[in-house]
Amino acid sequence: MLLIPCPYCGERPEIEFSYGGEAHVVRAPANATDAEWTAFLYQRSNARGSYAERWRHAHGCGRFFNARRNTVTDFFEQTYKIGEVPA
Amino acid sequence: MTQTYRLATGGLIDRSRTVPFTFDGKAMTGHAGDTLASALLANGVHLVGRSFKYHRPRGIVSAGAEEPNALVGVGRDEGHYTPNLRATQVELYHGLRAESQNRMPSLERDVGSITDRLWRFFPAGFYYKTFMWPKGAWTKFFEPRIRAIAGLGRSPAAPDAARYAQIYAHCDVLVIGAGPAGLSAALTAAETGARVIICDEQAQFGGALLAEPGKSAWLAEQRARLAGFANITMLPRTIAFGYFPHNMIGLAQDLTDHQGEASDDAPRGRLWQVRARQVITATGAIERPLVFPDNDRPGIMLADAARTYVERYAVKPGNRAVVFTAHDDAYRAAVSLHRAGVAIAAIVDLRESPAGPGLDAARTAGLPVRTHATIIGTEGNLRVAAVSVATIGETKSERIACDLVLMSGGFTPSVHLFSQSRGKLAFDPALDAFIPGTPAEPTIAAGAAAGCQSLEAAIASGRAAGLSATGQAVAAPVAETGAAGFLGEVPHGRDPASVRAFVDFQNDVTAKDITLALSEGFRSIEHVKRYTTTGMATDQGKTSNMNALGIVSKSLGVAIPSIGTTTFRMPYTPIPFGYFAGYARGELVEPVRETPIHAWAAEHGAVFEDVSLWKRARYFPRGAETMHDAVARECAAVRAGVGLFDASTLGKIEITGPDAAEFLNRMYVNAWTKLKPGRLRYGILLREDGFIIDDGVVGRIADDRFHVTTTTGGAARVLNMMEDYLQTEFTDLKVWLTSTTEQYAVIAVQGPRARAVIAPLVEDADISAAAMPHMSVVECRVAGVPARLFRVSFTGELGFEINVPADYGRAVWEAVAQAGQAHGIVPYGTETMHVLRAEKGYIIVGQETDGTATPDDVGLTWAIGKAKPDFVGKRALARTALASQTDRKQLVGLLTADPAEVLEEGAHLVADPAQAVPMTMLGHVTSSYWSAALNRSIALAMVRNGRARIGQTLHVPLPGRSVAVTLTDPVFYDPEGARLDG
Repeated sequence: MLLIPCPYCGERPEIEFSYGGEAHVVRAPANATDAEWTAFLYQRSNARGSYAERWRHAHGCGRFFNARRNTVTDFFEQTYKIGEVPA
Repeated sequence: MTQTYRLATGGLIDRSRTVPFTFDGKAMTGHAGDTLASALLANGVHLVGRSFKYHRPRGIVSAGAEEPNALVGVGRDEGHYTPNLRATQVELYHGLRAESQNRMPSLERDVGSITDRLWRFFPAGFYYKTFMWPKGAWTKFFEPRIRAIAGLGRSPAAPDAARYAQIYAHCDVLVIGAGPAGLSAALTAAETGARVIICDEQAQFGGALLAEPGKSAWLAEQRARLAGFANITMLPRTIAFGYFPHNMIGLAQDLTDHQGEASDDAPRGRLWQVRARQVITATGAIERPLVFPDNDRPGIMLADAARTYVERYAVKPGNRAVVFTAHDDAYRAAVSLHRAGVAIAAIVDLRESPAGPGLDAARTAGLPVRTHATIIGTEGNLRVAAVSVATIGETKSERIACDLVLMSGGFTPSVHLFSQSRGKLAFDPALDAFIPGTPAEPTIAAGAAAGCQSLEAAIASGRAAGLSATGQAVAAPVAETGAAGFLGEVPHGRDPASVRAFVDFQNDVTAKDITLALSEGFRSIEHVKRYTTTGMATDQGKTSNMNALGIVSKSLGVAIPSIGTTTFRMPYTPIPFGYFAGYARGELVEPVRETPIHAWAAEHGAVFEDVSLWKRARYFPRGAETMHDAVARECAAVRAGVGLFDASTLGKIEITGPDAAEFLNRMYVNAWTKLKPGRLRYGILLREDGFIIDDGVVGRIADDRFHVTTTTGGAARVLNMMEDYLQTEFTDLKVWLTSTTEQYAVIAVQGPRARAVIAPLVEDADISAAAMPHMSVVECRVAGVPARLFRVSFTGELGFEINVPADYGRAVWEAVAQAGQAHGIVPYGTETMHVLRAEKGYIIVGQETDGTATPDDVGLTWAIGKAKPDFVGKRALARTALASQTDRKQLVGLLTADPAEVLEEGAHLVADPAQAVPMTMLGHVTSSYWSAALNRSIALAMVRNGRARIGQTLHVPLPGRSVAVTLTDPVFYDPEGARLDG
């Protein structure tokens, strides 16, 4: 079970969290082209290695936050609050 | 039987306590401190099981967790029965009942052993090559018979009667294994003040030292020191079975299992989930068998195990032994047995010119040593009786009678947990073994698990690990003193096709099986493993994997590091499922959610159904009514008079804040800005892909306050989705979301007399038709309780939903029921609710929709706020692919030609039921009921281009027949909606 450092609560076990998919995917506006909309809706980088993703401390503080996790090692490189720019 | 093989002195057993037990019904005795295996050996019993495939007689091979043969079923009754326990790990207790496995009728006379004489017909992968014809013969004939013959233990016939506990723990350093290295590591780490947990699978700490009488003083001193540290938690009888990400280790602690019948008041065992900053794996090493012809007879065992039985358990494992070795350690065993009175007939050493202190001691003791020699065969049926020894390369052999053979091919470090942690193994050519290399987690291997073979090196390595785990400098690397041994099949000069030299005892895999797999083209060790099943038994190849690798390496001429190892997986040893289930059994498997009105419904005979975790009243049968009767009566009561329904499970979210309306505008398809306080609106929620995910009635309580309802099952999902957008997308909005699902009880009063029933109970509000139209909400008091009173209908009748604080739910419900008596009020359940809403063509999200339905598909385009610049899913609805699709499934009604025919939900619709299969499906039935109001069946369906087909006839193909249906508008009852006003 992963140990996830919530930026609000500190390290907590994975069962307290829910996964939110890739982070920093900008929501396309209502007047986006089909291609732009498709990219927003379906296309993800699915990176091998460092991957920016969203988590929610669903059974804790309830906050969404962003994280960088290495998808090869499963170790978190950093977590940061929504709106913050990663170091 | 008496303990004829018990030595007069020595060992860690308590001779003052005699422990009776039975094996296959035979009464025997042992002593406190025995394992089942040592007690059996003390009684002269080597034969303890029949092998998996060939039913060959098998004996005790080891003295620990690696035991491949001595698997037994233990337990006083079926509720306490555990199969496949290793007799070498089962502590003896008073009255222990053990039985052997995979034999019929008895161990000595086993009918299944016919397979042994037919062994040539059962090579590796035989099940892939035979039994394939005729069709069906495998599943119907061969497989059941083979399964009856092959196998290990049997499942207990009764539910597990034991209880299990679970606990989470944290520590700075977790030390796995309490041998010399583990003890040193734990003490070194604890000196810094670190919180240390040390666990060991055995009843006593000490590991290999428990079989070293000369080291007992040192061991006692270390144990005393351990007890002096308040920051050390000691867990004996605790197996570390799994290494999970981020240093989460699973431990299974035996609490009372070892006490047998004395244990009924306490849990059998406890599952620990330990999160450790640092892990030290001091898990020891496992001796390797040698692979020689007929090396599996009872009485053939690992050399160090035999020594352990002598030194720790004071048991003589035989009277006359031959020692077969490729490692110096076996000489130590030979001397030990010699001192215990076992005649050493010969020591056969594979090596040309061995040297070492063990060999010197054996020669000093006058033991006969033959070097550069090998065992080319053995004799004996239920017990080894003789071996044939030859010089390597020569055919002339010498027959030596014996009742015990010790074997040692060297030692394999136990890297299971390190490997489970995804650490990379490194091959040490000096040891011919894989040892822990680059770790993936904060973990350090120490002692024999890291390749140390001398006590001094193990202690030093443990101390270094303890220092390193607590962030201290380690002075010097630990000098290694170990030696390699032998891997693979020993040279024996016999026809490889005619001998069986076992590699994997538990799965009956021979050296020939592995070379056969290679000759058939298998190259990857993972493929060889799966084809031959070597290493795939419950012991995961603890004693066999390296020998299998050795055979592959020699046959292919490829070095072992280039072949690699197979994957180690948890659990290290099998763990009963009860440990994982813990408290979550029976009623505690998952939470049960009950509404405030649940008890009333139960008292009034409700039949409940599960809706997500909720218990919901499905119908209220009277007398001998069937569900059909009850539902017909309840439906009629609502349509003609008034009914009472518990809608408390509806999800409820309070949305407040100055931007609440704008937030709803962006989330739901509907327009909310112009909704006046005091009015309701039916809202539809999409995902970004444009498909319906939820729906519900939303009430505007004030300019900045909305009462949102969701589907029963979707409440948590919708709140999560709203929080997601609020926290990450619409961060400009000042809005707060609060789940109020469990704060309100919701009492639906539906039917033409609904207003008449509740009017006397309502204070502070005018609920007349003029003052309170359909789809409005008012805050008032009902039966004296503050309420949000909705005028809303999910039945098509005049209806109200009374929202009151949950604690008052039952009181208000009873007040309404009381007030309704004069009007003939009837409580109804979810089944009636479904029929009534289906008669009106109201959809249920998740029943009519399946995650691929747009608002237009289910006829709800009218709800979309078209002037809104954006909402979740808006852009998706305009996708070219979606907008241009002309044959989407659309919601329609179905009327069967035979009004008595109630269709199956999920049934498919086709244009021509006579067409060949697979037929072209046009749609499917989503809801289907008997309608009491219409006195006929009705159904809803999603059908391709359905609205354009209204009036047409389609067919529902069923086994042996088909049913004609006419497509209709989905609103079957009161299409004008006149009844909404009572």
